[in-house]
Amino acid sequence: MALGAEQGGRLAELLSQHEDRLTNRWIEIVAGSLRGRLSRAELARQVQELHRAVADAGRQGIGDLADEHGGELRAVLAEISTNRARQGFSATETAISVFAIKDALLELMEQERGEDTLRDFVAFSSLIDQMGLFTFETFVRARESLIADQAEQLLELSTPVVKLWEGVVAVPLVGTLDSARAQVVMERLLQTLVDTGSPYAIIDITGVPAVDTQVAQHILKTVVAARLMGADCIISGIRPQIAQTIVALGIEFGDIATKASLADALRHVLRLTGVETTARRARRES
Amino acid sequence: MERVPILKIGDILLVSILVDMSDQTAVQLQEDLAERIVATGCHGVIIDITALDIVDSFVGRMLSTIASISKVLDAETVVVGMRPAVAITLVELGLSLNGIRTALNVERGMELIAASRADDWDAVLVDDEDTETATP
Amino acid sequence: MTTGVDLGVPATQAIRSDEDVVRVRQLVRTTAVAVRLSLVDQTKLVTAASELARNTLIYGGGGSAEVTTVSDGRRRGVRIVFADQGPGIPDLDLALTDGYTTGGGLGLGLSGARRLVDDFDIRTAVGEGTEITITKWSR
Repeated sequence: MALGAEQGGRLAELLSQHEDRLTNRWIEIVAGSLRGRLSRAELARQVQELHRAVADAGRQGIGDLADEHGGELRAVLAEISTNRARQGFSATETAISVFAIKDALLELMEQERGEDTLRDFVAFSSLIDQMGLFTFETFVRARESLIADQAEQLLELSTPVVKLWEGVVAVPLVGTLDSARAQVVMERLLQTLVDTGSPYAIIDITGVPAVDTQVAQHILKTVVAARLMGADCIISGIRPQIAQTIVALGIEFGDIATKASLADALRHVLRLTGVETTARRARRES
Repeated sequence: MERVPILKIGDILLVSILVDMSDQTAVQLQEDLAERIVATGCHGVIIDITALDIVDSFVGRMLSTIASISKVLDAETVVVGMRPAVAITLVELGLSLNGIRTALNVERGMELIAASRADDWDAVLVDDEDTETATP
Repeated sequence: MTTGVDLGVPATQAIRSDEDVVRVRQLVRTTAVAVRLSLVDQTKLVTAASELARNTLIYGGGGSAEVTTVSDGRRRGVRIVFADQGPGIPDLDLALTDGYTTGGGLGLGLSGARRLVDDFDIRTAVGEGTEITITKWSR
């Protein structure tokens, strides 16, 4: 049931006339449901903002939350529910913040008892229902994007590329490598080589529980791609079982350097860079 | 048809490929470069492909040919600045760019050429010593 | 096999010269960016398109490339159809083998391009021409 133009005006009138009493009661109801997880001042600010938005919308003659006069009100509702979703409040707790205005209004209107009171209250409450539904929808959307963000962060967190030494970066791989993750690792490692100008990369697979043909293929492709770009990869942390699997599967690691531990790999790289310079110096000195 | 400019910096020829080359432009570059190596007597060629967003089999073959030609003309070729996405694609395509030396950037490429020239000089010095000891 | 529905109007680029191959690459790149393929997928698709456009020019004696945005409801993608009225390919299996070439190339054009895309469909008839359809989907 849509709100008539005069009804909107009456709602605005009612809201501004009894502002203090209404907001106080509103805050009281909401505070009870949130059990102190939001500061009273913060809550009061939100409620006042919402109160002002509803009053303004009513004054402009809002008929339906979705119409052009509802823009400001929708923005305020969206902000509140998005924040609540981020702060970890439940959907019910968030919805109560909106529906509480109904109780506060009812208490107020019961005392007036004019001839249009019932009709008005039904219209008001239909608007408030729309507000509640809108809040719920925004809440769910905010949650969904939160989950998507976290999934992406998890993928990034699980594949850190760290600088070990000047010109040496390492990727400690932990957990199961599926095709999607292997691709992320590959791209990030290669991009880090470019960004840091590092000619050496160590891929440490100590934390990888099992290596199958597909995973081995991904690692091999990364090594070949790095070579094409002018960098060398060393694979470290190959456990005995994995070494056996690699041989059993007939995977050729070719001339790719493999070391038992990350420390060995780093020593190997430092020797490569160090020996080159000291050997040349020794030769020139002799 | 566009032509790719070739710069001479000291003992090195620097080619920065900045445009999406047509096959004809690529073949032209191959010819121009051979002439410049002979004309300048440079011993190093750096091909900077930082700006290239793809390398297909034609450009890959051109790079290999340039490396082989310059080898015959006693110049070392280093391809620098290949983008990660390009490298990943080349691996998938099955192109290994055999016989081409690569470096991450122009600076590293210059170091690589300098190092290989230094090795050559060391070899020359060692040869001299050898001849000295051989004929006392 | 090719799946999905076409979205929007296909853009067609004639392939008659070297410069046209460059234009095909640029058209494919723009479309790939528009459907938001990842950088690596863009690069793979443009590289595949470059190989096939060159094949169309050299072996097919020229032809055209038709670039369309497609969707299968879940993902968006780019579909390219390369068509020529050339001599066709007598032995398709052989032509799809790594390293096989009749044109003095590296022999990676067809087989390499197939590895770079998600869907690859080829129809050829000796004396009538060749039509190759490739599709790359967003992830």
